[in-house]
Amino acid sequence: MAVLVFADHDNASLGDATHKTVTAATKFGGDVDVLVAGKGCGAVAEAAAKISGVRKVLVAESDALENALAEAVEALVVPLMDGYDAFFAPATTTGKNVAPRIAAKLDVMQLSDIIGVESADTFVRPIYAGNAIETVSTSDAKKIVTVRGTAFDAAEEGGSAAVETVDAAAGNGKSAFVSQEIVQSDRPELTSAKIIVSGGRALGSEEDFNKYMTPLADKLGAGIGASRAAVDAGYAPNDYQVGQTGKIVAPELYIAIGISGAIQHLAGMKDSKIIVAINKDEEAPIFQVADYGLVADLFTAVPELTDAL
Amino acid sequence: MKVLVPVKRVIDYNVKARVKPDQSGVDLANVKMSMNPFDEISVEEAVRLKEAGTATEVVVVSIGPQQCQETLRTALAMGADRGILIKTDDKVEPLAVAKLLKAVVAEESPELVILGKQAIDDDSNQTGQMLAALLDWPQGTFANEVKVDGGKANVTREIDGGLQTVALDLPAIVTTDLRLNEPRYASLPNIMKAKKKPIDMKEIGDYGVDVAPRLTTVKVTEPPVREAGEIVEDVPTLVSKLKAKGAL
Repeated sequence: MAVLVFADHDNASLGDATHKTVTAATKFGGDVDVLVAGKGCGAVAEAAAKISGVRKVLVAESDALENALAEAVEALVVPLMDGYDAFFAPATTTGKNVAPRIAAKLDVMQLSDIIGVESADTFVRPIYAGNAIETVSTSDAKKIVTVRGTAFDAAEEGGSAAVETVDAAAGNGKSAFVSQEIVQSDRPELTSAKIIVSGGRALGSEEDFNKYMTPLADKLGAGIGASRAAVDAGYAPNDYQVGQTGKIVAPELYIAIGISGAIQHLAGMKDSKIIVAINKDEEAPIFQVADYGLVADLFTAVPELTDAL
Repeated sequence: MKVLVPVKRVIDYNVKARVKPDQSGVDLANVKMSMNPFDEISVEEAVRLKEAGTATEVVVVSIGPQQCQETLRTALAMGADRGILIKTDDKVEPLAVAKLLKAVVAEESPELVILGKQAIDDDSNQTGQMLAALLDWPQGTFANEVKVDGGKANVTREIDGGLQTVALDLPAIVTTDLRLNEPRYASLPNIMKAKKKPIDMKEIGDYGVDVAPRLTTVKVTEPPVREAGEIVEDVPTLVSKLKAKGAL
């Protein structure tokens, strides 16, 4: 058996989601190869080769792959799958974009966002915003899977896999990259942060979101998240959103500030190790999952907390 | 330009799903059902394209039991022109849905298909991408903004880290994210008008597509329950508790 793991990267560095997906692939069994599709991504391939348990790294480079256009990734991966029993992609926005396209071309029903590998044909995944956990088996010969990073430990470094170049297929040529706006930040990535401070609608404005959340995050070296309500209101950028359809996080410490705790938000953070909630509404559902709740006005409690650290 | 919008009837987003005691699935008896929230955003986007004069007709399609007619009526009340119901009482997996939609596309020849990025029941996030692959069309998933002009759709996508814009040759697939628009509430006159709009009744057999399931549910269980913790008095108490736990 052999598994092809789709690497998460930005052409400069390899994302931690790759290591977690390798762990899931190792549980599936067989040889594990990593595919790095991009452009000018030699350093990423070198980094992937160091992941323990990887047999070899395949590198494909082209203009269309530089921005991971789904049509180009599909054209690259589908023929490669002749040599593999499974394709594991991290459940990042890129993984979610490309994997179903590959699955459909191979006439395979994909398994999304798995949190467990039971056997070579049986997987565990959350459904209904994580309010139910489904164990599901597939009759398809090849398995196409996306992997929820928070459910698997990162594979360790220490390997020395061979790096091989493969030809990048042209894709259907019907899509083109136009532009990209990436939020520049020195903060830890939400999906791998040890501590996250997350703000909700109660912050009231973008100005106050930054004024109250940033100093606290700086003190803690934390990533900053937000509820959907705060993002919709324009207080925080879209990639801050934690929840069912946003980022799924599981830090050591999650501090929810002015977040009521809708089902959809809880779905994205309830696997955090310790949850702290600060909210002035003592009836807020967030308190039902919080280890420590503080019923207080965030505009006084947050600066006090920041000063106390 | 014709726009096709598939809509799914799912558990209402305010309802917390309950697992059946026999672990066979989620209990949907007497549970409020609604249109998948992402599909509402898709309908809204299509109707706005029509209002802007870019689209000429908005066709909505649903696959599922008879009650999906209500979901289609909701879309018609929002401004869609006509509906298609492909009736089945069986569970239809995303790959099979994509195959059925491909057959609908062959009949209807839309230039744009707008789908919700994900249904909030199975949380698969697959159908749009699968349909794009089966049709060999380009895809703009997780759309934050859609501009249609001169045979192209420029789609700004919500990605990890920010936003990405891609240009797609039409015909194309778009899947919607939360911030694309805010769906309207249907007005009473529009709800009345929607009752007169046509819904074409179809069966899966009409399309000659293999919809046999590939997946078997072994069991469905409750997630581990998180116990509510304690309410602390004040900030100093919170800090000392977190320090004692080694969290700070």
